Parts: sequence; C-alpha cells; structure tokens
Amino acid sequence: MRKPAHWIWAASLGVYAFLYIPLAVVVLFSFNDSTLNAQWVGFTTHWYTKLLHDEEMLRAAANSIVIALLASSMATVLGAMAGIAMQRYRIRYLSRALPFLVLTPVAMPEILLGVSLLLFFRQVLDLTLGYLSILIAHITFSLGFVAIVVRVRLAGMEESLFEAARDLGATPWQIFRRITLPLILPALAAGFLMSFTLSIDDFVITFFVAGVGVTTLPLQIYSMIKVAVTPEVNAVSTLLMALTLTLILLASRFAPDVLKARG
Amino acid sequence: MALLELRNVTRRFGNLEAVKDVTLAIEAGEFFTLLGPSGCGKTTILRMIAGFDAPDEGEVLLDGKSLAGVPPEKRPLHTVFQNYALFPHLSVSANVAFPLEVAGLSRAECRRRVAEALAQVHLADKGAAYPHELSGGQKQRVALARALVNRPRLLLLDEPVSALDAKLREQMQVELIALQREVGITFVFVTHLQEEALALSHRIAVLNAGRLEQLDEPDKLYAQPANRFVADFIGKINLIEVEVTAASKVLLTLKAPGLGEIAATDPRPIQAGERGAFALRPELIRVYGHKESADLKNRFEGRVKELLYLGDVTLYKVELANGFLIEALMTNAAPGRAKFHEVGDAVAVCWRHDAGVFLRG
Repeated sequence: MRKPAHWIWAASLGVYAFLYIPLAVVVLFSFNDSTLNAQWVGFTTHWYTKLLHDEEMLRAAANSIVIALLASSMATVLGAMAGIAMQRYRIRYLSRALPFLVLTPVAMPEILLGVSLLLFFRQVLDLTLGYLSILIAHITFSLGFVAIVVRVRLAGMEESLFEAARDLGATPWQIFRRITLPLILPALAAGFLMSFTLSIDDFVITFFVAGVGVTTLPLQIYSMIKVAVTPEVNAVSTLLMALTLTLILLASRFAPDVLKARG
Repeated sequence: MALLELRNVTRRFGNLEAVKDVTLAIEAGEFFTLLGPSGCGKTTILRMIAGFDAPDEGEVLLDGKSLAGVPPEKRPLHTVFQNYALFPHLSVSANVAFPLEVAGLSRAECRRRVAEALAQVHLADKGAAYPHELSGGQKQRVALARALVNRPRLLLLDEPVSALDAKLREQMQVELIALQREVGITFVFVTHLQEEALALSHRIAVLNAGRLEQLDEPDKLYAQPANRFVADFIGKINLIEVEVTAASKVLLTLKAPGLGEIAATDPRPIQAGERGAFALRPELIRVYGHKESADLKNRFEGRVKELLYLGDVTLYKVELANGFLIEALMTNAAPGRAKFHEVGDAVAVCWRHDAGVFLRG
C-alpha cells in the first residue's frame, strides 16, 4: 500500500485537532486550581472531591446509571429478538419493511424523536413524565442499534449450523440456548454497551420527556452551565467522557466485525 | 421390509419439478448412493428424507410408517452437511456430545460415547481442539462422529468428500467404507462424482432432471446401463446410432449407417426395425494392426486419429469408415513396448458379440 502524501497527513491532523482539542481543554481545566476557565494556575483534584459531595449531582448520576442499565438491558433483549426475527423469517413485504422500521429511530433527528415521544406520552398515553417515560424513550432509540448488530452477526453464520443442530435432535429452545445465544453473545455485549453509552449521554430526547421530577446527568450539566461553566462541570464531563470511551472500546472488542477499528 | 422408502415422491419449486415421481427403497445396512449432475434433485431428496423439506406428492416412509409431519429433530436419522456445519463455539468433544446432551443422556454416558465415537474416526487426541484448528479431513471426521454418536437408523451424507483435495478424498472414501461396515448403519450418500459412487456404494440410484433413471448395483449400472443418460454419465462409452435389422431370442443384428452390421446379444424381446444406440465401453474394444486377423465377428477398419498415452493404459481414438470416432482403451502390458499403435496407423477395432448393449430410443 502507498503511504499517504504529506498534505493528507496535515489535513487529517487538522481534523483530529479540531475534534479533540476542545475535549482536551475540558479535561485539562477539570484539574485547574482556579474557578475560572481562563488560565492554568496549578494542578488540583479539588473539583472531583467537590463533585462527590454535591447531592444534586450524585442523584442525577444515580438516575442516569439506573436508567441506562434498565434501558440498555431491555433494548438488548428486544433488539436481539428483532435481529433474530429479521434474519430468520422471510415474510413477503414485511421482511423488507421490518429492518427499515426498526432502524428508523436510529437515523431520525433526535429533536423530532423527542417532540414526537413527548406528544405521544402526553396526548395519547396521558403518562406522567418521569422515570418511565425516559426509560421508554431510551429503549426506543437503542433497540434499533442492538437489532442491527445482532442481525449482522447472524448474517455471517451459515444457515446449516442451525439446520445441523435441529437435525441432531435439538428442540427450538435447545437450539437457541446452545447455539444461537452463544454465537450472538459478542453482538449482545456490544449492543448493550452501545445502548448504555447512548442512554447515559443522551440530552435532547431526555430533555423533552423528563418532565420536572427526574434529572439525568446531561440535564444536570446543562442546568449548571446556564449559570457558568464551572470547573465542576469540567470534572463531571471528564468522568462522563472517560466512561463513554471505555464502553465504546469494550464494545468494539466484543464485535470487531460490527464496529471496525480498521478497514 | 425396507428401512426407508420413497413412494411416488414429487417436489415442485414454482414451475420447476425438482423431483418427479421418484420411487425407491433403501434396505437396512446398505451403502446407498444418489448420483446425478447438479440440479438433478438429489439434494432435494436428501432434504425431504431429513425433514427439512416435504414432498408435494407421494410420501417418505421409515420402517413402513409415513414421516409426513415428523420434524427433523424427531427423525432417527442424521445428516453430514456438505460444509460440515460444526459449531464454531464448541470444542470437538462438545460438538460430538451435542446430540447426546440434547437427548438428555447422563454426563458419564456422554463422555464414554464421545470418546468411543472419536476413536472410531481416529481423532481420540483432538477432543479439546476447536473446529477452526482442524484440517478439512479432520472436520469431516468430526462431522461423521457427531452424526453417528447416538446411533441413528440412517446417515445422510451430502457430498461430504467433495470439498477435500483428490488424495485426501480417496483416503476418506476408503475410511467411509470401513466405517460403514464397522457401525453397520445405513448410509445414504449424495454425490455428483460417478467414480466415487461406483467405489463406495452397494447400490446407486442415478437421477437426472428430477427423475430416477436407473437403480442398480455399481457393476450392473456400468455394464448394463438402462438408457443413453446413464450410459453417458457413468464412465466413458461409445454410442453408435443403429437400427435393429434382425432379432432372434438372444442375438441381435444391428445396422450402423455407413459402417455395416454389428452382432450383439440382448435377452430382452426386441423387434426388428427398432432404432437406438449401441453402447460399447472403450476397454472392451481391441485395436489390431489392419493386417492382423482377429477371430471376432465385429471387426471394423479405421485409422488412429489421436491417442492419449496415460502410462498404464493408452486411449486410442480411431476414425471409422463412416467418420465415427470410436474410443478404445488398451493396457500397455507388453514388456518393452510403450504402446501398440501410432497416430495415422491403419488399424482394425474388434469386440466380442456380447460386449455392448443396445439402448432403445
């Protein structure tokens, strides 16, 4: 393979700088011993300690984690079912429509999804906004992702594997338990982790469906920066960033064929 | 009673009749082969026996009882798939244990039977390996062990050897024969390779375009093909267009246009005036120098047009008076001589009156 020309190196360096310098600044200033994000004074972990004693922040974090765990678990189960169904059954018309219907929420502008879910919860279901509405919304936008990952994984499997299992005397449940499930496990892990990051980071949709009672971490950060971008916000953003990054790296390890690091 | 029977089985896919009115019976302990070119319906028949497909008409019977409505997992027969279909996440032992475990056998019993099955296919030391660590031949053996471990009534093999290279294939064929004799389980083998079918089988069903052309033992199939398709598909053969001019009880006189009369035998009642083909295997023809006399009734002069020297044998293509190119195979068994004739030599081809077969139509 040819080596890329110098100007390509320079251009990509520029792009990466544009993407990552703002993030680096946030991380840097979360360790800055000053209340202002203006100049570097000295190293401190004071803001992190302060975070740990901020009740409101801790409650928001707990909400986010509980919702993310529940939403990604549910999305994984439902998404896996959708993925398996899409791969296994060939139903006229529906076979083409189903993947499209499942994937649409993934591609839909978030603000649209947020508004429509809000209208649906309030006008149609007459649901009090809170935990449940956030949970349903998060499951909705994560499910499609799990379904794709599972379907891609299954598409790479020979159909004869499942026929062989059946031929050797396995009931449909035994085939699922002993063959299908172990084979799609990496996809489930990847799907779960991706759903978790989508859920814990989500702001736009949650903003619409959260109501007044429940606050998640991104909503809390938003309400804090309405006053000012304090070093505490930097610190919590840094933690969120680290968590997300870890989960994405984990996910790409589980399903390298789906989330390819290299072409 | 036959172990497995197909009665007037027909299967259609849209407008295509993949299997047309096939009736056959497979006996217990037999090595039975379904042979035919790709698209002849042999795999469809296999899938109907396994239960992955169902006939549109007719029925499949096991021990005289119809298998209609019995799903694959409930049929006491297993398939060795063309691509082996080993479970990639399970070790060799776990793959072989799979049918025992789903049947609910005890752990100790599973272990004992798995060890036995792996020993049978000479893989006793590979139990801990995973399928991706095995060679093609080893995968094949694991698939065989897995399909045989809970002693099915019938083993279906879908072109299991065709993915292997030539040398390994021959070795696996020898092992398959030995294995079948050892376990005594009925094998139903599907292949498009006629040599493989001849070498392995007790009986062969030749299929073409969904129809059963002939069902017989390998040597009968080879010596007495029922029609042009079987004659042409199995081995090399010369097909000479002829008309019957005289027919007595067993003796036939055939007239080949531009060539003359051919004497042949046939126990079937054949009428003078029938048309068809005279089928003659190349190894039944002798090629003499044109001055040598041969005490054979069927003697036709010609010229060697081409020859293929193959070491142990030479294939001569001799052009006869009517332009027909007849193939004759002679062993090079004379010491000190590589071959008997050269290209361009005037020769005479001869064969015994009972050497060929008259094929109607």
